[in-house]
Amino acid sequence: MKRLINQTPGAPWRLALGLLPFVLVLLVYLSASATRLAENPDDPLLPSIAAMADTFAEVATEPNRRTGELTLWVDTSVSLIRLGLGVGIAMTIGLVVGVLTGLIPYANRTFSPFVSVLSMIPPLAVLPILFIALGVGEVAKVALIVFGIAPFIMRDIQQRVEELPRELLVKAQTLGANTWQIILRLVLPQVMPRLLDATRLALGSAWLFLIASEAIAATEGLGYRIFLVRRYLDMELILPYVLWITLLAFLADLVLRLIVRVVFPWYRARRS
Amino acid sequence: MSTVTLKNVWKEYGRDVVLENINLHVESGEFVTIVGASGCGKSTFLRMLLGQESATRGAMELDGRPMPDEPGPDRGVVFQKYSVFPHLTALGNVLVAEELGTTRVTGRLFGRRRREARERALKMLAAVGLEQAAGKYPSELSGGMQQRLAIAQALMKDPKILLLDEPFGALDPGIRQDMHELVRELWERQGLTIFMVTHDLKEAFELGSRLLVFDKVRHDPQAPGAYGANITYDIPLSHTTPHPSVYRAVGQRLGVDPYPSAAEEEG
Repeated sequence: MKRLINQTPGAPWRLALGLLPFVLVLLVYLSASATRLAENPDDPLLPSIAAMADTFAEVATEPNRRTGELTLWVDTSVSLIRLGLGVGIAMTIGLVVGVLTGLIPYANRTFSPFVSVLSMIPPLAVLPILFIALGVGEVAKVALIVFGIAPFIMRDIQQRVEELPRELLVKAQTLGANTWQIILRLVLPQVMPRLLDATRLALGSAWLFLIASEAIAATEGLGYRIFLVRRYLDMELILPYVLWITLLAFLADLVLRLIVRVVFPWYRARRS
Repeated sequence: MSTVTLKNVWKEYGRDVVLENINLHVESGEFVTIVGASGCGKSTFLRMLLGQESATRGAMELDGRPMPDEPGPDRGVVFQKYSVFPHLTALGNVLVAEELGTTRVTGRLFGRRRREARERALKMLAAVGLEQAAGKYPSELSGGMQQRLAIAQALMKDPKILLLDEPFGALDPGIRQDMHELVRELWERQGLTIFMVTHDLKEAFELGSRLLVFDKVRHDPQAPGAYGANITYDIPLSHTTPHPSVYRAVGQRLGVDPYPSAAEEEG
């Protein structure tokens, strides 16, 4: 018998083992749901799969009686725009500040302590300030996402820039590069895939801040919807919405990973 | 023309003396190999020539003028590793040498000038035997090919001085032999001034036209950092094999086997 750390599952097992937890959770849910529904067909807490599918299809295809819009798609597009704006702005700020503080000693001395302190402030504690200062509109929600993830990206990029081998920076100088060209031709290309990696890690937090701000003040959006219907214990809508959000988060992560693989083919090879 | 002159040069880190009172004059076209026990300051010496570190005392001159105190295109370098840009192909790595310095804002060349630069880059790749690998990324190249690429990249700038910091230390013995021939050929053809740090005594003797041995002359067991290293041997090398007694003398001085086996070279 080999040690446990030296045993690896074969090809069919790998897939089966990966699926196992999903299947188990699904089975537990189905049996619990069936038990409750058998006692009370109107039980709202654990709705049947069919009921959830019906509700989801309704919000996806039938116009809302009050607004005449397709609820799911309006919620999704509004939320994704907020998320995209917030993440995009945070990436830009994070890249610029991170590269400068990582590469230029004067910039590091000036901004590094400030960024460290900034990143200690719990973003949700700032949310009331943002709502007061920027109003309850789109700006405050985007600002919360930026405030929540930009410091993380800044610090990550700064670290990655500092990790670049000194030899490469010296080499670029012996080839006649000035500071701007070192940023443009050496640092940025090498840090871009790392920026996408950092963004992938920050996406989870970005979703958290999006849903939190939508829960507190919004008129549409994925987070707004699930907190709205919570008042009616509408699990038929909440559960599919959560799955939908999970799917969107998964796809965003996948897209970022694909970009890294296609646009920066040298990146994975170097790390392996 | 590219002479290097050091006058009474000292290098200290706080109270630790690394190099003490180095005096050296190197003529244009010399191939200086540098050996010494580890920690004797030979790499520090190379970094000072490179401009990465400055002397704490004394004067360093390049062609009679004070040596710039940051790296620049007049001094090319090849390190043991991390010498090429991982995000560029072999051709891109050589081409970037041409692009940097000629364009201040974009750092890229376009149109006719790019085509001309590309021609030169391809010629340089051919000169180091990499014409087949132009489209490959460094991670797809072997260790020897990566070092060839690093040399090609450094030579694109026509540096006055080429600095080699244990460039073949991580290569297999057979490949190392090929690299010796390449460097030797480039040196003879282009009239370069080369400084090469190595820990392989045989390599140092065979490759260079002048051998410098760095070592501490004085030791204080109570304060290991109190005295720095100096140049203890300065041996002009004819290209015939030196007498075995020279090998032995230098080997004894450094406390190393003058004919190291491949396994020992790894360290």
